[in-house]
Amino acid sequence: MERERLVETMRGILGPEGVISEREELRTYECDGLMNYRVIPDLVVLPETAEQVQRVVRVCYEEGIPFVARGSGTGLSGGALPVESGILIVTSRMRRILEVDIPNQRVVVEPGVINLWITEAVSGEGYYYAPDPASQVVCSIGGNVAENSGGVHCLKYGFTTNHVTGAEVVLPDGSVVHLGGGKAPDAPGYDLLGAFVGSEGTLGIATRITVRVCRKPEAVKTLLAAFEDTEAAGGAVSGIIGAGIVPAAVEMMDRLTIEAVEVAVHPNYPDAGAILIVELDGPEAEVESQFEQVIGICKQNRATEVRVAGSDAERALFWKGRKAAFAAMGRISNDYYVQDSVVPRTELSAVLKKISELSGRYGLRVANVFHAGDGNLHPLVLYDNNVPGEAEKAEELAGEIVFACLEHGGSLTGEHGIGEDKKKYMPKMFTAEDLDVMQLLRCAFDPHQICNPGKIFPTPRLCGERPGPFRMHPVQKAGLAELF
Amino acid sequence: METRRMPAKELEGIVGAEHVREAAPEDAVDGVQPSLVVEPGSVEEVGAVMRVAHREGLAVIVRGSGTKLGWGNPPAAADLILGTTRLDKVLEHAAGDLVLRVQAGVRLEELQKRLAGAGQMLAIDPPHPGATVGGIVAANASGPRRYKYGTIRDLIIGIKVVLADGTVARAGGKVVKNVAGYDLSKLFTGSLGTLGVIVEANFRLHPIPKAARTVAVELESPRAAREAAQAIMHSQVEATAVELHWSEEERLLSVLVESIPEGVEAKREAAAFLLRPFGEVRELSDEEAGALEPVLQGDGGEVPVKISAPPAELEDVLEELFGAAGRRGVGVRVRGHAATGVTYAGLRGGEEEIAALVEELREIRVRRGGSVVLLGGSPELKRRVDAWGPGGDYLGLARRVKEKFDPRGILGPGRFIGGI
Repeated sequence: MERERLVETMRGILGPEGVISEREELRTYECDGLMNYRVIPDLVVLPETAEQVQRVVRVCYEEGIPFVARGSGTGLSGGALPVESGILIVTSRMRRILEVDIPNQRVVVEPGVINLWITEAVSGEGYYYAPDPASQVVCSIGGNVAENSGGVHCLKYGFTTNHVTGAEVVLPDGSVVHLGGGKAPDAPGYDLLGAFVGSEGTLGIATRITVRVCRKPEAVKTLLAAFEDTEAAGGAVSGIIGAGIVPAAVEMMDRLTIEAVEVAVHPNYPDAGAILIVELDGPEAEVESQFEQVIGICKQNRATEVRVAGSDAERALFWKGRKAAFAAMGRISNDYYVQDSVVPRTELSAVLKKISELSGRYGLRVANVFHAGDGNLHPLVLYDNNVPGEAEKAEELAGEIVFACLEHGGSLTGEHGIGEDKKKYMPKMFTAEDLDVMQLLRCAFDPHQICNPGKIFPTPRLCGERPGPFRMHPVQKAGLAELF
Repeated sequence: METRRMPAKELEGIVGAEHVREAAPEDAVDGVQPSLVVEPGSVEEVGAVMRVAHREGLAVIVRGSGTKLGWGNPPAAADLILGTTRLDKVLEHAAGDLVLRVQAGVRLEELQKRLAGAGQMLAIDPPHPGATVGGIVAANASGPRRYKYGTIRDLIIGIKVVLADGTVARAGGKVVKNVAGYDLSKLFTGSLGTLGVIVEANFRLHPIPKAARTVAVELESPRAAREAAQAIMHSQVEATAVELHWSEEERLLSVLVESIPEGVEAKREAAAFLLRPFGEVRELSDEEAGALEPVLQGDGGEVPVKISAPPAELEDVLEELFGAAGRRGVGVRVRGHAATGVTYAGLRGGEEEIAALVEELREIRVRRGGSVVLLGGSPELKRRVDAWGPGGDYLGLARRVKEKFDPRGILGPGRFIGGI
């Protein structure tokens, strides 16, 4: 379809205000939270209803136009990076909370609803929505579903996948399906919802999402413990877990992070080589007793200082530093590259040591701020884009960190997704057979591979192609098409 | 009936002659008699067996201990039983990481005993004695503790499967937090052996609570059952399980609270306080709590049925169930997870009456977003009434997934929803 006619068609579906086609305006959408990759989409559409999403997707399907869904654009792996000659479907006008059903502890929302709004909608009833990514004041639930987002509290409460109970999904052929029970548990059939959550927008677009909300705990207690180094802090984490305690959150920051945070938001952290924030929640008697135990474990592991939040304001200050950590890096470095790997918790110390060695070898600083409880590292590789070659060096160093994590039994990504950024590493973690089997699922949902093509998989096979040694598709060989 | 060539010799060559035998009458699946039982001892052997089955177009029923073989519809065909009980190794228990990697044939009870040595558990308690981990995953079987911990789909973090054509693939990993690639472990959970053979699984573990108590209240009416369950649900007690036991003889709601010794007494008190408005509250001894048996195994000729509904509709579920059963002269015993929306009922009566009862309940429950699933019953009953009931608008997609993973349709043909 010619572009002009396509713009007309889309305006017909969405009205003139729902279509962005001017090149300068399109540039707003050229990347998500990962700015290393930029692609200007051919067209941006902003549907307001599920039916509009469906009509847009149907046009894409009939015309063979690739499309990418995007929520607030906070993703850090380029999962919502537009594709060339493709349409970007932005869900930020689909922001209605459709149903609050406290008796069944669930809320039904549109995909553009901001994560924190769910908690705000139910907090009057004593409820909250548990998955809380650091970006929760801006990120959308649709994006959370796509990335299976985590957050600081998922050690105890699980990830998005454990809290989403149903979704209405527009499939890449424009048909609509309802996955998961939504209202009632255990819908008979395959757990297609479980497969959809975390599929990074490659299997369809969620237009209506049902989430479970949790009762607010009776008590919450938070402490901040300072240590000489990350190893001592890591010892405390192991001690806590070893004692059979499951904290709501265990976060660690290293010296460089503490310095940056102090300059940026002045949380008045102690001078230390590493800081832990440990939060316990639950019934009062349980929390009281285990909190004392946690303080003891920190002291046994040579904590130089333990501060207990005496008020909500103090707790907020502890967290303010942690939540501002990424942004704070701007104070001590022009640029940084965020990594998001996971290792088994018991390997943390070995991997941190390796990161420190790599940092020395590359001559680049690496700041560490991470979810220590579940071994999810966020090494921030600091560099200066104005120094020629340094960005490449930073990326290479970040890659070395990924390999180190894989060697220690970890994973490429804990919560940010593979997206555009890490697909090249996928064969380091999975065999060709593993990736082919994942493609079977893709082919069932999206046989023509028009839904967020080019993400997650380094060399996806076209559907219908027999598994086996890689052969270039004839269309690609003839130079007629890029492999999506 | 067509007799397929059974490549018994070839299969013996793969797994050893002692691990291939002719199927006995008790190996039948819902009245369908398979020819051979093959028990591979390694993932490679499973792969080789599946390659042969795929080549010959043999229908394969995957079986662990067989505790849930009565789930699903009668298979359209059954040539081979692929038994997984020889795949019984605990491959890795990383206690410090609260992570476990096991082969599918490991029995849950044995696994729990072993984990208990480290003060840990796989937080799942399905009431099928002898069940294997693979079978629990394949059926997404769950028990009362799902109220706190979710089902096995919430605990699984990685999987290794052998597809219909013998391809071996892995997804997920052995860290709790991992979003690399598609979460195929969820896709395979509850797929009842129709997408592939689950050969290994990785799970997150939990510490074993150090103390536990069960309080219970005798109830007057279905309304009281709903209100009592809601009172616990909307409280801050963090109960582990909220169970309903409902029959002619008993009308009891029990609440299991677990914690550290310093916390459990306070939790018990809080739970008792919340239950007091609904009747006489008492603490159950461990023996009494243990005696609250589920009705899942179809013991004594009961037909087990799983009713899924929004938890706030518990009252309606009980009234519908007992009303419909009373009209038809069907006996009912209920064991429900009162606060999760899953209710199990054991039905006793004639096949025609039970079939009609299931259809009647289904008509209401499906309309209200739930389901009514038969978890047993004779092949004759299943010929009268489909085990799963109608699927939603996702059925077409589910069929496409099946076609991709098992294009020849050899894995448990016809057993799953929509004839999959």
